[in-house]
Amino acid sequence: MTDSASIQDEIRRIVDEFAIFDDWMGRYEYLVDIGRALPALAEARRQDSHRVPGCQSKVWFHARREGERIVYEADSDALIVKGLIALLLRVYSGRRPEDILATPTDFLAEIDLGSHLTGSRANGLHAMIRRIKAYAAAFAADRAAAAVDPAALA
Amino acid sequence: MNALMAEHGAYDVARIRGDFPILGERVYGKPLTYLDNGASAQKPRAVIDAIRNAYETEYANVHRGVHYLSQRATDAMESARQKVRDFLNAREDHEIIFVRGATEGINLVAASWGRANLKPGDEILLTTMEHHSNIVPWQMIRDQTGAVIKVAPIDDDGALVMEELARLIGPRTRMVAVTHVSNALGTVVPIADIIRRAHAVGAKVLIDGCQAVPHIPVDVQALDCDFYVFSGHKLYGPSGIGVLYGKAALLEAMPPYQGGGEMIETVTFQKTTYAGLPFKFEAGTPHIVGAVGLGAAIEYLGSLGLPRIAAHEHELLAYATERLAALNAIRIVGRAPEKAAILSFTLDGVHPHDIGTILDREGIAVRTGHHCAQPVMDRFDLPATVRASFGLYNTREEVDRLVAGLARVQEIFRS
Repeated sequence: MTDSASIQDEIRRIVDEFAIFDDWMGRYEYLVDIGRALPALAEARRQDSHRVPGCQSKVWFHARREGERIVYEADSDALIVKGLIALLLRVYSGRRPEDILATPTDFLAEIDLGSHLTGSRANGLHAMIRRIKAYAAAFAADRAAAAVDPAALA
Repeated sequence: MNALMAEHGAYDVARIRGDFPILGERVYGKPLTYLDNGASAQKPRAVIDAIRNAYETEYANVHRGVHYLSQRATDAMESARQKVRDFLNAREDHEIIFVRGATEGINLVAASWGRANLKPGDEILLTTMEHHSNIVPWQMIRDQTGAVIKVAPIDDDGALVMEELARLIGPRTRMVAVTHVSNALGTVVPIADIIRRAHAVGAKVLIDGCQAVPHIPVDVQALDCDFYVFSGHKLYGPSGIGVLYGKAALLEAMPPYQGGGEMIETVTFQKTTYAGLPFKFEAGTPHIVGAVGLGAAIEYLGSLGLPRIAAHEHELLAYATERLAALNAIRIVGRAPEKAAILSFTLDGVHPHDIGTILDREGIAVRTGHHCAQPVMDRFDLPATVRASFGLYNTREEVDRLVAGLARVQEIFRS
């Protein structure tokens, strides 16, 4: 199975998980459970230098390369935001940069948590999505540059 | 209270709600419960109609046209200025400067009065509970003049520590800039006492009245304050219009804040002479219709009676405080003896942002965050609070909905 197919599978799974609930309260309770289950970021990374600027809740974000893939880690002091972060990580973390860049965030709207929640600038989610994409773009550009760098070829 | 009732009839909140078209809106299929009046209040039909009427029948540029409509628009705007003067009981119309909001009013005083009057080592006294808009402009002028900022503390209830404030007012104090009512805590500040103490050392006083004017009748002459600012949108008027009141002698001595049209008398490339008050401080075409809308809001409040509004809100605050205090795990932040209709709180184990998100799904609008008053949050060692702020149209049923919403929150976040 290709990577992009596995991203689509993960998105499908997320949408299906939320489709079980027929009211918003159930979906939120589930989102809170997902948030609780996401391990807290190590204290060293829960620092201001890792903060994503967002007005209301704190979001910490970290990215690293593992071979051809990017591993994202993130955390928030607000549980609903942390639940949303966990969903983003399931979709985007451990993927190749080109697959990350090719995958839009429409699935958040599909799970019907309230469009203004997932679209809001107030919760730092917007900024985190931008960082996920920016990191992937930088990694891809870096790799492209390295591929023609004679020093890298030598 | 009885005399008030006799004068105006009973406070009929159901009828009053009918004056506000937006209160009929539904949010996620639920009735809107608007408890974010401290951020901005909704507008009565009287204000909306006044705005529409101004654009439809009496709109043109003001103060310079010889034609009929310009005169009508000028009259409408100047009549709004008179309403504001009456509202604050200022001595003169020209002591009322129209600005974009309290923020611009404070920036104007800090820049104009501050640059002309502050010297290195001069002291500006603020309090811990100031809104950022009554902190940052003073920091900016401090950095330009070498003045020093002092901060009067608050106690664990969120009341100003008056002994400390009195100790901080000294021979170097030039300006005391304090809020009348704390936007984050609801604390009513004893400004008359502060003004007396400041004047005793020759300092000037600016009062940030944003949260006060919708609840407390203000008499700037009786208070003897030097400057008083407020925003129209928190007073059920339009956004983008606000008021700076200043004593005429002070305003006359201050240099202009912004240059442009409207504020001049004669202009040559060698020298410009400035217009008199209030126009010296109203460069450019003003928010004509905003002023008209603000005048209509003041008239509307007058028809209900501010003391009756205050009594209604006070009753709501007491009821909400009692009901929330009875809930498990709720901590009310700000328990000063005298409060306006603002209730800030936290719920153990649940982030305020999460609380606000769930309440929103119940159709309840509250503010969550630091309320642009980070020093207050630091004082209580909190990242944020939830703030319910009540207005003249809120009801006990809405308080009940808030309490039910919080029970929902507890249900969703039970671990």
